[in-house]
Amino acid sequence: MLVSTNWLSTYVDWNELSVEDLAEKITRAGIEVDGIINRSLGMDNIVIGYVTDCVKHPEADKLHICQVDVGGEVTQIICGAPNIAAGQKVIVARPGAVLPGGMKIKKAKLRGEESNGMICSLQELGIEGKLVPKAYAEGIYVLPSDVRAGDSALRHLGLYDQVLEFDLTPNRSDALSMLGVAYEVGAILSKEVKLPVISYKASAEKAQDYLKLTVEATEDNPMYVAKVVKNVKVAESPQWLQNTLMSAGIRPHNNIVDITNYVLMEYGQPLHAFDYNRLETKEIVVRHARVDETIVTLDQAERTLNDHNLVITNGIEPVALAGVMGGANSEVHEGTTTVVIESAYFAPGSVRQTSKEVGLRSDASTRFEKGVDPNRVVDAAERAAQLMAELAGGEVLGGSVTFDELDKTPERIILSPDYVNNRLGMKIPMDEMKSIMDRLQIPTEAINGQLVMDIPTRRQDLRIKEDMIEEIARLYGYDEIPKTLPVGESTPGGLTPYQAKRRIVRRFLEAAGLSQALTYSLASPKDAQAFALETAPVTELLMPMSEERSVLRQSIIPHLLDAATYNVARRNESVALYETGSVFLGIEEDGLPKEVEHVAAVLTGKWVNHAWQGESKKVDFFVMKGIVEGMFEQLGLLERIEFTKATVEGMHPGRTATVWLGDTAVGMIGQVHPTVQNERDLQETYVMEMNLRVILETAAEELFYTPVPRFPSISRDIALVVNSDTSAANLEKIIHQAGGKLLKSVQLFDLYEGKNVEDGKKSLAFSLTYFDPERTLTDEEVVTVHSKVLDALTVQANAQLRS
Amino acid sequence: MKEQLHELKEQVMEKIKQSNTVKELNDVRVAYLGKKGPITDLLKGMGKLPAEERPKMGALVNEIRESVTEILEERKEVLEQAAIQEQLAKESIDVTLPGRPVELGNHHPLTRVVEEIEDFFISMGYEIAEGPEVEKDYYNFEALNLPKGHPARDMQDSFYITEDILLRTHTSPVQARTMEAKEGSAIKIICPGKVYRRDSDDATHSHQFTQIEGLVVGENIRMSDLKGTLDLLAKKLFGAEREIRLRPSFFPFTEPSVEMDISCFKCGGSGCNVCKKTGWIEILGAGMVHPNVLQMAGYNPEEVTGFAFGMGPERIAMLKYGVEDIRHFYTNDIRFISQFHRAEA
Ligand SMILES: [Zn+2]
Repeated sequence: MLVSTNWLSTYVDWNELSVEDLAEKITRAGIEVDGIINRSLGMDNIVIGYVTDCVKHPEADKLHICQVDVGGEVTQIICGAPNIAAGQKVIVARPGAVLPGGMKIKKAKLRGEESNGMICSLQELGIEGKLVPKAYAEGIYVLPSDVRAGDSALRHLGLYDQVLEFDLTPNRSDALSMLGVAYEVGAILSKEVKLPVISYKASAEKAQDYLKLTVEATEDNPMYVAKVVKNVKVAESPQWLQNTLMSAGIRPHNNIVDITNYVLMEYGQPLHAFDYNRLETKEIVVRHARVDETIVTLDQAERTLNDHNLVITNGIEPVALAGVMGGANSEVHEGTTTVVIESAYFAPGSVRQTSKEVGLRSDASTRFEKGVDPNRVVDAAERAAQLMAELAGGEVLGGSVTFDELDKTPERIILSPDYVNNRLGMKIPMDEMKSIMDRLQIPTEAINGQLVMDIPTRRQDLRIKEDMIEEIARLYGYDEIPKTLPVGESTPGGLTPYQAKRRIVRRFLEAAGLSQALTYSLASPKDAQAFALETAPVTELLMPMSEERSVLRQSIIPHLLDAATYNVARRNESVALYETGSVFLGIEEDGLPKEVEHVAAVLTGKWVNHAWQGESKKVDFFVMKGIVEGMFEQLGLLERIEFTKATVEGMHPGRTATVWLGDTAVGMIGQVHPTVQNERDLQETYVMEMNLRVILETAAEELFYTPVPRFPSISRDIALVVNSDTSAANLEKIIHQAGGKLLKSVQLFDLYEGKNVEDGKKSLAFSLTYFDPERTLTDEEVVTVHSKVLDALTVQANAQLRS
Repeated sequence: MKEQLHELKEQVMEKIKQSNTVKELNDVRVAYLGKKGPITDLLKGMGKLPAEERPKMGALVNEIRESVTEILEERKEVLEQAAIQEQLAKESIDVTLPGRPVELGNHHPLTRVVEEIEDFFISMGYEIAEGPEVEKDYYNFEALNLPKGHPARDMQDSFYITEDILLRTHTSPVQARTMEAKEGSAIKIICPGKVYRRDSDDATHSHQFTQIEGLVVGENIRMSDLKGTLDLLAKKLFGAEREIRLRPSFFPFTEPSVEMDISCFKCGGSGCNVCKKTGWIEILGAGMVHPNVLQMAGYNPEEVTGFAFGMGPERIAMLKYGVEDIRHFYTNDIRFISQFHRAEA
């Protein structure tokens, strides 16, 4: 909403303040003023000129040499506009003038001819092209002949004005009109509001004699008022009206249309003007459209309707799409002599639906959608009739043609001051509250210690007690509210164990050198299930914005790989990222997808890079595995996890493992398949993804201290040759089983394949530590258990002992 | 013999002088003072001397031995010192060479903001509540006083999955769910999480972003409590000197509704480009829980009141760290993320 402060001052006197202070006060009271537009934009030295003579430039087809009277002086100006002609009153920027955008006007020579200034279009004065009357859209602006050369053109065009840009919240539709703004400013400044005085001399003829009205769709159209004005002369509006409309962001057309728009802005009541003769039937019937009925609207588009669209008809065919746009067939045009003014209340839902369906949003439809003031329907029609009489020479017929079933009684709200103060944490006296209501011009009485308020229909946003608390508080001043903290039962607060453990996981991964990434939940159908630990039907958006983000992900890895590729392409060659976030699996019984929190990571490039000491190491499987193990260790779950070789699509078949937590497969770790790496322009890249929810919901054993050993332990190293496909984990398992409770730990310290080891075999060396917490072990005891271990390895893993 | 002795002494002294290492010095000691050395020999040969000369000679030999020992010790000290100096010189390094980096990752700047806010409210007795990112229309809109067809729904263009299921457009459905689950008892929660809107990604819009909201419900919760709470939050996030102001606003789920501005942390209120010359920066929206919302969740709005507030960690991070483009948060460029390495107390 654009509010011209000049226009505003005709309804409420705000002039004791600067425009800036006015804007600040309005903002603090609840309507955000987004900006102040100074329409004169610092322009100066721009006057009205009279073109006394105008001839073609001998050297240039498109230029004219004009002699212009700029008030007591005739000067030569070259003009390139197609519509320039002798006898016109025009806008002249004189040498020294500065136009918006910084253009400085200087004396110049154009193709050898002197030019002392510039004849301007409205656009050159900073008026948006879409607001310039169509007749002058492509050339200079021509002023009425009765203006005086030499006068200030800016004053004549009403450009010494500052316009407030309101950023209205959806509830404040009352401020979609100048009168509404005036009530608001009046309340803020404790000033009176001067309403327009409507008076005109009606003719003896009655509107009823000209027009018959039938409303069939009474629910969607509970009130319809039509007035008839005859003998109008359609012409350009007077300059002040055009100026006012342009300041409000509306393009002037002709006096009839301009008047309806002016009243729309003034009262917030949309009006429509029909050409009475073009209605042909002397009849208006408001009904729902028939299925597939069509109408050509004012913008010349043919629209096919449905049976819930409300239309105004002449009894035969639609002449307007109610509340949205008029029809071309009944449009006011130059030859119109009799006008029907329509002022109505159309149901918000009906207008919203139709406007949405036909894709038309107009100043009218946005107001109907929010519900116009039922008590302004008649006033607005009368105001328009008055202006048509004054500005278009019209003769207003007596009375109006009316259908009215609309409830116009004010809402009553009863409020106790305690209710207000208890909720605000304040002690505002009751008479102070009453005086705020007086400022708002809300009729209020104090009865038995309660405020009884009858809410004017212009404030449709005030419906419940809390709405009134807001009115009181915002006008009393939010700065007056004290600062306190909630009192009452104290609560311990804190993270749930799940949330605390999630933080532990994040902190650990960061300590391990990975940074936290944040990627999108929406993915392309191609990526949605890639690398997924578990797949389920994919959740698709009804109306995606792009294919790339059309479904919900079931794995985090694809987006992390994208992030890796992005970084590598920008020479961040070593990437270590992790993410925790939801994946979305199928649909649960309640209709929502199963959301499961996962943790995933990607590693590529160097892991250790300490160049000048010659230390540099690429990432490998065991770096990632160590990170995963460390994570489980932090959670006290390391003893319970196991890695088994796995085949996963998109992953290296020989370097991928499933991670088990007890009997549950909770994750996957490994190298990305070289083909996929190539596709994504990545070198050797490792990933992992785990079901974080399952992991965090698994309780670790209570942490309990084991005594620090008092007796020495004994170590024995063994070197084994086994088949290449024998896993280290399997050997360790055998050792543990055979070693029993005296075996404290097993550690792999060497792995060798190649020279001196048969093909298909590998050599592993373990260090075994034996220990009894109760006493010092004897040599014989160790020998006995150690031989058991060696036997078990020979028998169960076909291991040869290497000397 | 006396001459012999003096000659010997001269000889030893010369040898000591020539010794350049502790080892050479030790060889000298063994050679002259050892059991097989010449001084021992001399002492042994003293028996041949007349009895009256013996004590005199004995004293002389001892004197020479002592002085040789003393000089040996002195020389040893010198040589040991020299050896240490030499070692130290050899071990000298260029202390300006780069250290071995401790490779730490760091959390995402948004997590940094979210956890700072979470921890602040945890210290005031709040719990952290979470909920699904794919929501029912009911919790996302209806339970928050946004019935179907409500004009304010235009404000939020949403990603629907079905007519009744959508990606949540704010974290407020977590509030609705919490209220429903608490069945009338008091609430103090913070709800952080990802949210989604049907926006094209540009410098100030992202189809996915984060929100963090708070909700307090109980008997006698007042708007002044909201103001006091927000004041502390503003000071925690942006410095103890920050002032706040509340401006009336509109949200369907609160009444009254406010927007909170903080005094500009860059210029302190005199006006700069961060605050667009106003001295104030808009930080969050808040209000008293709308009676309809309380009622739908099973609370009696005549007896129970509440306040709620919500903010965007992206906006806060952008302001705090001067980030100019929201897309940085989702590009995962290491050169961006790694700038948030530093710990902050
Ligand atoms: Zn500032």
